[in-house]
Amino acid sequence: MGASASIFSPVSVGKGLLLVVLPLLLQAGPGAAWVRIVDMALLYSMLAIGLNIVVGFAGLLDLGYIAFYATGAYLYALLDSMQFNLHWPLWATLPLSAALAGLFGLLLGAPTLRLRGDYLAIVTLGFGEIVRIFLNNLDTPFNLTNGPQGISLIDPIRLGNFTFSRPHHFAGLTLTGTQQYYYLFLATVIGMAWLATRLQHSRIGRAWAAIREDELAAAASGIAVRNYKLLAFSLGATCGGFAGALFAGFQGFVSPESFNLMESVMVLCMVVLGGMGNVNGVIFGAILLTVLPEALRMMGDWQLNHFGHIWIDPNDVRMLLFGGALILIMLYRPAGLLPSPAQRREWQKKLP
Amino acid sequence: MSILLQQLVNGLVLGSVYALVALGYTMVYGILGLINFAHGDVTMIGAMVALTSITALSGHLPWPAAVALGLIAAIAVCMVLGYFIERLAYRPLRHAPRLAPLITAIGVSIILQNLAMLIWGRQYLAFPALLPQTWFDIDGARITGIQLAILGIALTLMLILDFLVRHTRLGRAMRATAQSPQLAGLMGINANQIISVTFLIGSALAAVAGLMVSAYYGLAHYYMGFLLGLKAFSAAVLGGIGQLRGAILGGLLLGVIESLGAGYIGVLTHGLLGSNYQDVFAFFVLIIVLMVRPSGLLGKPATDRA
Repeated sequence: MGASASIFSPVSVGKGLLLVVLPLLLQAGPGAAWVRIVDMALLYSMLAIGLNIVVGFAGLLDLGYIAFYATGAYLYALLDSMQFNLHWPLWATLPLSAALAGLFGLLLGAPTLRLRGDYLAIVTLGFGEIVRIFLNNLDTPFNLTNGPQGISLIDPIRLGNFTFSRPHHFAGLTLTGTQQYYYLFLATVIGMAWLATRLQHSRIGRAWAAIREDELAAAASGIAVRNYKLLAFSLGATCGGFAGALFAGFQGFVSPESFNLMESVMVLCMVVLGGMGNVNGVIFGAILLTVLPEALRMMGDWQLNHFGHIWIDPNDVRMLLFGGALILIMLYRPAGLLPSPAQRREWQKKLP
Repeated sequence: MSILLQQLVNGLVLGSVYALVALGYTMVYGILGLINFAHGDVTMIGAMVALTSITALSGHLPWPAAVALGLIAAIAVCMVLGYFIERLAYRPLRHAPRLAPLITAIGVSIILQNLAMLIWGRQYLAFPALLPQTWFDIDGARITGIQLAILGIALTLMLILDFLVRHTRLGRAMRATAQSPQLAGLMGINANQIISVTFLIGSALAAVAGLMVSAYYGLAHYYMGFLLGLKAFSAAVLGGIGQLRGAILGGLLLGVIESLGAGYIGVLTHGLLGSNYQDVFAFFVLIIVLMVRPSGLLGKPATDRA
């Protein structure tokens, strides 16, 4: 790839600087709400990186991925809130959330991974719904999840004495909570992306690619198909759990409605639309699909400024336009916006 | 005993609606290998169109005529919708990577839901109270006229479709296209036309199912297609996707399981779990069945190679 050699090139340094000052620019320009939107985009990037391991690398269609996000978020919420009056430190909660989600991935994967592609999809979808329904109803017989109301007043993320939700002063600058979360999430996304890319080019990644291209041939070449699929599944789930814990701390509130099927579908859209198998592509997809609906929301102000009158209420049509955008992008870029070279080859091979 | 019978009947009625929707999923999947994510929302549009036209006509016509006209309107709208969805969102992507049409299907689903929300609003629409409220008591179980009508119409449609696919020229062409579109083309079958016809039939069935659901529950809502589609797709997978009889069996089974599950889960767990776990029940059975029979109940064992 040669990426390591070019890391100090002017372009890379410029991009890095832009990433560092982005929250300051957003705060000064469009406003604090946009810092928050970018924070969410980074959380979705983590999910997209995780799901990409399952869908893009190993070729397993998972429609219940958000269940692992929910697992991480709820474990964090239970261990760091007034629900049971527990306030565990981050270094315990975060690995536990990721590990529990990974374990769930293993438990779901072990009996189901021998199913064919679309059957696996529906089983994972069912699993996602089961998790959500349990979260919704586990306020009886004993109150674990607080039911549909969800758990509120979750502790913000704390590292030692540093509380991320409180403003701090650095070198004459005051950083707000959302801006500090931005840097935490950015660092996490960069770390995850680095790990995922290294995985992709390792022996494990090549085994996944072999399974994705032709399971039978992979098995015949001595690849333990089942184990590698399980590994992909639980690694993806681990990323989801990790992101979920960060989400719970960031948001301060979790409820079952944040983890419905539509969320799973959205993350899948990010992966496919960005370009399956390409880590940069799926991050791009995540950012695009988080920012696009919010940008469409801003149309109302824009109309008001330019025409002095709202012709089309953005709240009514923004999801309509969003659906249309999904279709148009796929029609013109069927392999995604930034496809991995393997995906592009595969697609061109199939053209008659 | 009467409770069991009542739950069985309720389950069969619900299941026959699932089966009608599941047929649409399974036919499309059988031919294109595509999960038509928008099919549940086509059903919703059918329900909405039927409900509004019946409401509009109910003052002017006797109820059988109003219902029949409403049904025709719903079928017409859904067929047009199904035809154009396939032409615009799926056909251009026939040779694209496998997940690309899934994303456009999701896009269509989002569009249909939001369009319905713009047209009909966010509130629940009530089905006009014009159907005669008749019922029969059998051994303490109450079976309403609407339930009987749903069961009768659904079973008739299923029989017609089964006959169509197994014993007519069109059905033979459909089966040939499902096996291999290229080879079917060499035999002089216009595969594109057959695929369009498949979408038309599936959408018409969805429209009927939509009317049934809204008449049965007395309600329609722009979001109703989501869960209905999910259940119906599960039913199709349960029976073995791509198999018509599988979809019918899966739909009826899922309806009965759900109904019995919701009715007895409280007794079975000594009141620990209530009927709000109804949906868990359906998915749980689905997962267990697929673990024992990975290709569904009536599906043929197959490998992943296309």
